[in-house]
Amino acid sequence: MIGLVKPKTFSFDRLDLESGKTLEDIDIVYETYGSLNEKKDNAVLILHAFSGSAHAAGYYENDTKPGWWDNMIGPGKAFDSDKYFIICSNVLGGCSGSTGPASINKKTGKEYGLDFPVITIGDMAKAQKKLIDFLGIKKLLSAAGGSMGGMQVLEWMVSYPESLRSAIPIAASMRHSPQQIAFNEVARQAIIADANWKKGSYYGGEIPKTGLSLARMIGHITYMSDKSMEKKFARNLKNKADYSFEADSEFEVEGYLKYQGDSFVKRFDANSYLYISKAMDYFDVSGVNFMKQAPASGNDMRFLIIAFESDWLYPPYQSEEIARQLKLKGYDATYCEIKSTYGHDSFLLETDDETRLISSFLNRVYREGLQK
Amino acid sequence: MKENKTASLAPLEYRKIASIINKNSSVLDLGCGSGELLHYLIKTKSVNGQGIEIDEEAVYSCVEKGLTVFHSDIEGGLDAYPSDSFDYVIMYNSIQQVKNVYFLIEESFRVGRKIIIGFPNFAYISARISLLFGHSPVTKTLPYKWHDTPNLRFLSINDFQKFCAEKKYGILDSFFFAPTKTVSFLPNLTAQTAVFAISKK
Repeated sequence: MIGLVKPKTFSFDRLDLESGKTLEDIDIVYETYGSLNEKKDNAVLILHAFSGSAHAAGYYENDTKPGWWDNMIGPGKAFDSDKYFIICSNVLGGCSGSTGPASINKKTGKEYGLDFPVITIGDMAKAQKKLIDFLGIKKLLSAAGGSMGGMQVLEWMVSYPESLRSAIPIAASMRHSPQQIAFNEVARQAIIADANWKKGSYYGGEIPKTGLSLARMIGHITYMSDKSMEKKFARNLKNKADYSFEADSEFEVEGYLKYQGDSFVKRFDANSYLYISKAMDYFDVSGVNFMKQAPASGNDMRFLIIAFESDWLYPPYQSEEIARQLKLKGYDATYCEIKSTYGHDSFLLETDDETRLISSFLNRVYREGLQK
Repeated sequence: MKENKTASLAPLEYRKIASIINKNSSVLDLGCGSGELLHYLIKTKSVNGQGIEIDEEAVYSCVEKGLTVFHSDIEGGLDAYPSDSFDYVIMYNSIQQVKNVYFLIEESFRVGRKIIIGFPNFAYISARISLLFGHSPVTKTLPYKWHDTPNLRFLSINDFQKFCAEKKYGILDSFFFAPTKTVSFLPNLTAQTAVFAISKK
């Protein structure tokens, strides 16, 4: 158990963005678990998914729920905090502490809203790199994450290969397919269509609750699978034995989605949804944008790529392609497709199988480092 | 493919395979199972080894041994490797489960210089006796029944030698194994398993 944790904030003056614009006065909120060793070679960067936060493990005071990957991070767990120094930060453009569209623009004294510049996965990684530099870490033992977290891992591989010993992209893709973009677009349109969105300047007033909730409901459908929904809900009705033949929702699955939507709007900013989902759609490290040919000798980078059989949002072929590209370029890459019925959510749920793979893999990378 | 491996005469065959592999060479093991052979070659010959394996549980075992493995079927997985990237491609107890054998061997010669192939000999005496009495052989190295075998190919040592001659593959080394020792007398009759190292002429 990690126990109680507190988020920290790393602030810096400016960041030149991929779009050519510049963002000033940036906060990046982060948490760390375990301790950095003297050689500073035991650091693992955890990258969170679309709606995640820096709170990956442990508990906040008076909180009943732990961080989002608590069953993977801690003493003796896959990311063993007795051995490794684990870092997780909230992405740039996010709404859980780091600077995003809901933050105050110091120039105007008001929330950015749509004045917030367009950000990319590359910009998120650039901000993370600044944090790593600030912590005095030259080379990460590993960078790991699922879904959009996996895309950030890929960005690190492409942009900062010299700062990585290994990388673990999980349920990720080198670029979104039209299907993935389509789901994001429907979610964005749901937000934009909400009259309370007001071109993004809803702060201080009614928030676009209906649109944001609907966006989340769509998202949740894509995170599950036909099988997992059947198992979880079947055609069960909530609190009744028979159909009411009325317009209100009565199936359990309807109630579940509604609940997920309602609780999401309490913690997530609608504009962040628009910006971050767009960043995912822009992301493309395939083809010529992918990593250079591995050096013929002295190439000690290691990769572990994980996918899930029932994940139809980020289908296994996308992860397998990452492994293939790495191999074709001469890199040492392990690929595993885990059998699971949970769909895309598997990366948060199939932690036993992930632990077997990740703890052995990290052990090996760490051991190889000691032999040098 | 895992079960085939544990059922065979692992240590002696491993030692013979290791004996023809140069130190520090690079090895790709097609159908590497739980990675025992790869692990053995890394320990004894410091090879730079990788595997392809279709069984998920076996993939975990490989990763737990610190191995690099590609979770894929052999035929679909080979094209992820650049040409001329390995000194040896190993097919140890996996060739009998492959659909397109000739294609696979040619693909293996694309990625590697030499191929090491090990397989159970279908013409081994106890298999012949089974057939003589009218039954498909069930032996230590062919442990499956007709209805549950993963094997698609049932080849003998003579068959393989003829195949190599037809395709103009040079046989660099060959080893024939009885249950506890290597054999050289009438191997097609007395050997339960065989290991060949071949190259393109």
